[in-house]
Amino acid sequence: MDKDKIQEIIARRVAREFHDRDVITLGIGLPTKSIQYIPHDIQVNILSENGIFGVGSYQTEENYDPHIINAGGVGVTIKAGGCFIDSFMSFSMIRGGHIDVTVLGALQVDQEGNLANWCIPGKFTPGMGGAMDLVVGTKKLIIAMEHTAKGAPKILKKCTLPLTVAQKVNMIVTEKGVFEVTPQGLCLREISPYSSLEDIKQTTEADFITDLK
Amino acid sequence: MVKLINADEAVSLFKSGQSLMIGGFLSCGTPDMVIDRLVQTALKDFTLIANDTTTPDCNRGKLISAHKIKKAIVTHIGTNPETIAQMNNGEIEVDLVPQGTLAERIRAGGAGLGGILTPVGVGTDAAQNKEIIRIDDRDYLLEKPLKADIALIYATYGDAYGNLAYDGTTRNFNVLMPLAADTTIVEVENFSDTPLDPNQVIVPGIFVDYMIVRNKHG
Repeated sequence: MDKDKIQEIIARRVAREFHDRDVITLGIGLPTKSIQYIPHDIQVNILSENGIFGVGSYQTEENYDPHIINAGGVGVTIKAGGCFIDSFMSFSMIRGGHIDVTVLGALQVDQEGNLANWCIPGKFTPGMGGAMDLVVGTKKLIIAMEHTAKGAPKILKKCTLPLTVAQKVNMIVTEKGVFEVTPQGLCLREISPYSSLEDIKQTTEADFITDLK
Repeated sequence: MVKLINADEAVSLFKSGQSLMIGGFLSCGTPDMVIDRLVQTALKDFTLIANDTTTPDCNRGKLISAHKIKKAIVTHIGTNPETIAQMNNGEIEVDLVPQGTLAERIRAGGAGLGGILTPVGVGTDAAQNKEIIRIDDRDYLLEKPLKADIALIYATYGDAYGNLAYDGTTRNFNVLMPLAADTTIVEVENFSDTPLDPNQVIVPGIFVDYMIVRNKHG
């Protein structure tokens, strides 16, 4: 399967977690792709932490405006009913428990719900940006990522990289399936038509129980 | 009344070793004129407090490329390979701060608070060397206020009273930094002699010391 197809499978499944009137925040890259698969019969409000509540579509040559970007630096528009905010208001919304769903990527995630996505010591230290705030305040934290990195498992017993947040992940969506982090442990809830239980067992380091929906 | 100056006059307010808060999120809402002049001077060893270091050829990134920064207190450097290179060779000390924490530390600095308590970073490397305070069964990090010698910020609109207003996502840290700095220099895109509509003012003029009008006071 090519990368685009893998990302589409993940983004489509993530979009089914959104409900009408949800306030959502999305990491750049794969998580943001889920916007295009949001069911037409629901309306969500996307917060971009640099200062838009109610992110609209991407800008075109006709409506180019350098005053409006999303957190990835891409020119966007604002939806009717949206508003512009400063960084203080933005992170008050984020940290203060006013976000329904946050979707982020991960370098590693583990069976306790720990997340690592901001640093590979000595190799890659871009900084956490808004990620540590986004994960703390949200009501539901979904990790959207490819199941493995160059064949190596990313869903681990214990994260080895510096954490973004401890014990906060609620759901993991990959091209192979959907996991939930429950009080009983990591639980496989769905198996993608493109995978199998055997495939998932072989490519997942974490211990998990299986309780399919 | 705000003092209108040009970029050379603005640069004369700077001294080596000062702490600078610079507004902007990546390339959006950035004060460019003073930075373009600052990189031509011999001034150096600044501490930069900003959201990010953008790209090597843009705004704050130019100060990095010109080796003017000895310490950066920022949330993200991933868009600027020059910052990463200077961090790795020990030229720049980089203090990475969660974005909401940076906003609150600046706000605390400007609002007369002794610090803030945030749950962000508890259980991570961001908690290193920080005091943890438990309130109602939840752990919080004590984060100290940030202040600066100079805030260099952007505004879309400014009036002769120093009042500022903004379009789009240009507010970001621009509206917080003027409170926390001894001296605030603002680059405005549109200047008006007549006062802005008081209902539209985002930053009250009392926080603004100097104003440069873009494309006019170069």
